[in-house]
Amino acid sequence: MFAALLAWLMSPPVLAALWAVVQAVVILLGLVISAAWMIWLERRLLALWQDRLGPNRVGPFGLGQVIADMIKIFFKEDWTPPFVDKFTFVLAPLLAMSLMMLGYALVPITPTWGVAAPELGLLFFFAIAGLAVYAVMLGGWSSNSKYSLLGGLRSTAQTISYEVFMGLSLMGIVMQAGSFNMRDIVLAQQAGWWNVIPQFFGFCVWSLAAIAVTHRTPFDLPEAESELAAGYHTEYSGMKFGMFFVGEYVGIVMVSGLTTALFFGGWEGPFWSDRIPFVWFAIKSLLFMSSFILLRAALPRPRYDQMMAAAWKVCLPLSLANLLITGAVILWQGSGA
Amino acid sequence: MADGTVPGLPDSASAVIALCGADAVTVESTVDRVPTLWVPVARIVEVLRLLRLLRTGVAQPYLMLYDLTAVDERLRKYRDGLPAADFTVVYHLLSVDRDIATRGQGDIRIKVALRGDFPSLPTVSGIYPNANWYEREVWDLFGIGFEGHPHLRRILLPPTWTGHPLRKDYPARATEFDPFHLDALRQDQEQEALRFIPEDWGMKRGTDDHDFMFLNLGPNHPSAHGAFRIVLQLDGEEVVDCVPDIGYHHRGAEKMGERQSWHSYIPYTDRIDYLGGVMNNLPYVLALEKLAGIQVPERVKTIRVMLVEFFRITSHLLFYGTFAQDLGAMSPVFYMFVDRQKAYDVIEAITGFRMHPAWFRIGGVAQDLPRGWDRKVREFLEWMPKRLDGYRKAALENAILKARCKGVAVYDTANAMDWGVTGPGLRATGCNYDLRKARPYSGYEQFDFEVPVFHNGDVYDRALAREEEIRQSLRIIQQCLDNMPSGPYKADHPLTCPPPKERTLRDIDTLIPHFLGVSWGPVMPAGETSQMVEATKGINSYYLMSDHSTASYRTRIRTPSFTHLQQIPSVVRGQMVPDLIAHVASIDFVMADVDR
Repeated sequence: MFAALLAWLMSPPVLAALWAVVQAVVILLGLVISAAWMIWLERRLLALWQDRLGPNRVGPFGLGQVIADMIKIFFKEDWTPPFVDKFTFVLAPLLAMSLMMLGYALVPITPTWGVAAPELGLLFFFAIAGLAVYAVMLGGWSSNSKYSLLGGLRSTAQTISYEVFMGLSLMGIVMQAGSFNMRDIVLAQQAGWWNVIPQFFGFCVWSLAAIAVTHRTPFDLPEAESELAAGYHTEYSGMKFGMFFVGEYVGIVMVSGLTTALFFGGWEGPFWSDRIPFVWFAIKSLLFMSSFILLRAALPRPRYDQMMAAAWKVCLPLSLANLLITGAVILWQGSGA
Repeated sequence: MADGTVPGLPDSASAVIALCGADAVTVESTVDRVPTLWVPVARIVEVLRLLRLLRTGVAQPYLMLYDLTAVDERLRKYRDGLPAADFTVVYHLLSVDRDIATRGQGDIRIKVALRGDFPSLPTVSGIYPNANWYEREVWDLFGIGFEGHPHLRRILLPPTWTGHPLRKDYPARATEFDPFHLDALRQDQEQEALRFIPEDWGMKRGTDDHDFMFLNLGPNHPSAHGAFRIVLQLDGEEVVDCVPDIGYHHRGAEKMGERQSWHSYIPYTDRIDYLGGVMNNLPYVLALEKLAGIQVPERVKTIRVMLVEFFRITSHLLFYGTFAQDLGAMSPVFYMFVDRQKAYDVIEAITGFRMHPAWFRIGGVAQDLPRGWDRKVREFLEWMPKRLDGYRKAALENAILKARCKGVAVYDTANAMDWGVTGPGLRATGCNYDLRKARPYSGYEQFDFEVPVFHNGDVYDRALAREEEIRQSLRIIQQCLDNMPSGPYKADHPLTCPPPKERTLRDIDTLIPHFLGVSWGPVMPAGETSQMVEATKGINSYYLMSDHSTASYRTRIRTPSFTHLQQIPSVVRGQMVPDLIAHVASIDFVMADVDR
């Protein structure tokens, strides 16, 4: 009996499944930890660009600040205001964090690491991005507060604007690779050019959409602090606020990983791509993560009608043109062959 | 005179006398030489309408109600030749065109004598829109009623307050009151009294097919710049209407003036516009020097100009940073605080304090400039211009920021006049009116600088105007540095404070006034005086009445921010919430300056 169980456990498909679980857990932990330390990175980099020091007291370079903050936020009173819709109020931050984590499952990190590579991977990502807005919207609505409601409304308006061109901006890549599978897209780039060159306009539009997905400056309208106090999470505190907060950073890590995979050849580097693939992936991701912070340090916030106008009048036509031209080039190359 | 003019008075005053009849009008001579006419209360609306419109052959009407205030005359001793009055309401009108044409003769003061304990008179808010808040303030603080006023309710004090504090029978000291208690019940009552009821303000809660949202922005909000509350009537994110609510920062500065000595009130002035530092001392001491007849030495004038320009720079830098921050750019403010610190280093080296030096004195300044002051000033002058160039690229020329500001919250010169707007907000509408040029004080006529004027009247132009003013202030400071006159830092006059001490141990005639001047403070001659200055945020003035005593009989502080906030609804109706935030940022106000 025991021997049979051991034999079954040692059988290749079960081992593979166990290995996948281990991989998934490691990646999840890595994701959460890097998201948490991204808070430190953001504070230090912002400080660097703002002529000040930032958190530098706890541990070397202030790295322990994250731990201190975690302890603080875990032990804070988990306060739910009496006037909120309780179920939705609790659900919203859960959604915010878990959906962003789910998205990272699609990112191919190295040739052998990655949680999943479904055939319709990109479509799955679009679905997640579409769902993620519910976190903000429900958070804003369930708070039963005017500032939160305005934040939620803005978020909805913003989503309608960027989701359309986000989907279209990636279709050029799908056409070139002939697949929705993220791993196939990475491999297709390694066989030819990185997508950022042939799909440059796609990349530009995707960058804007990626910022919008994470609600980061300059698309932080739902939580525009100088206008709506804290926007959709005005009524949140303690760990529920913490989940919105960490969810935002998880989103940044996810979107940076996606950008690396979709436009910058994944783990491919100038040398040793097969020996240190993770290092190349991490370097590229870190670069994009830092550029999110740079944007926050550099840019003011547009008005949301201006943001919507830019989305519909500039980004959408640009991504449509990109799609048509990519299609034409592929057809032309195909007929020439 | 044959043509009806009165010698020494402008044509407009003659028109008023012609309207009311020579017997009904009393001409008062004041120390500040502002033409002052007492008119009968029954004619006040006609008189102001005449001056506002001036249809009858007199050009350059008084478009701006510069100030409106009141005086409790019941305890005043020195008022020979003035009409009998228990209360006086004072209207101070200003004509910018006339002021520029006549080099500083563009204002007129109209007074109305009122009898009785709780008198009332007709409102003039139909003629001058900004009389609305001024009349509410007078009602709040004096208990004088204004018939026909649309919303005559308390403005600076809580709605639950009893009594009218600026009346002479109202105590001025905390020891004259019972101790303050706030229990849960009273707290609830105070909260309930603050509830906004749209119907009270003539607002509707909705139309047939949709409701409006009433959003309470403030008194605690990241962009409210202090304890400022503004209730918005929203249709989506469009501001249909709004009601600014002030008074959360009121601390009775005018009442304090009546119990502090002339000298010991100076530190209170620092805290009126708390970003303006000695800029607040300036109109106060200038007004008093007029009253006392003190001529200050050239060195004093130049030191004062240099320091107030330093404070103009620090105030504008704070505006610049918070303005960018309100538009979502988080970094500029940190850089500007570094620059402000550099400026404060210089200010601290000279005065010993950073934000509130209280360093000007009646008849001079507290001390001479320290050794090496010129080196510190020069360092700052070398540091600042490059930084300003960088900010222009990083902030003002940013495309997103421009899109947020251009064409947003626009008002024209006529609107600015209606609401009493002065300072950069007025000059951004194309009106070239800067008191430092129009009626120079403290030696500004000797300086070479430009007045930045812009023409679109939008948020962006108001920001540009302030940015350019920083550069001009640097020019003025450079000239102070290059041409600082030598000489004493205080006038030789018995009413300066502290009084001159050099000869006290040699003759008794100096010792006694010195002793009295130090222990009681100076006794100012009876009279009325005022001084306007181009402060950091607009025109600030002190209107002081002396009853030949050691303290002021009435201290009126006219601040620019008060009227600027009143203007908000007329500018932001129909705009969006982010535009309102941009406009509020572009006003550059501090609530201490509004509420006093």
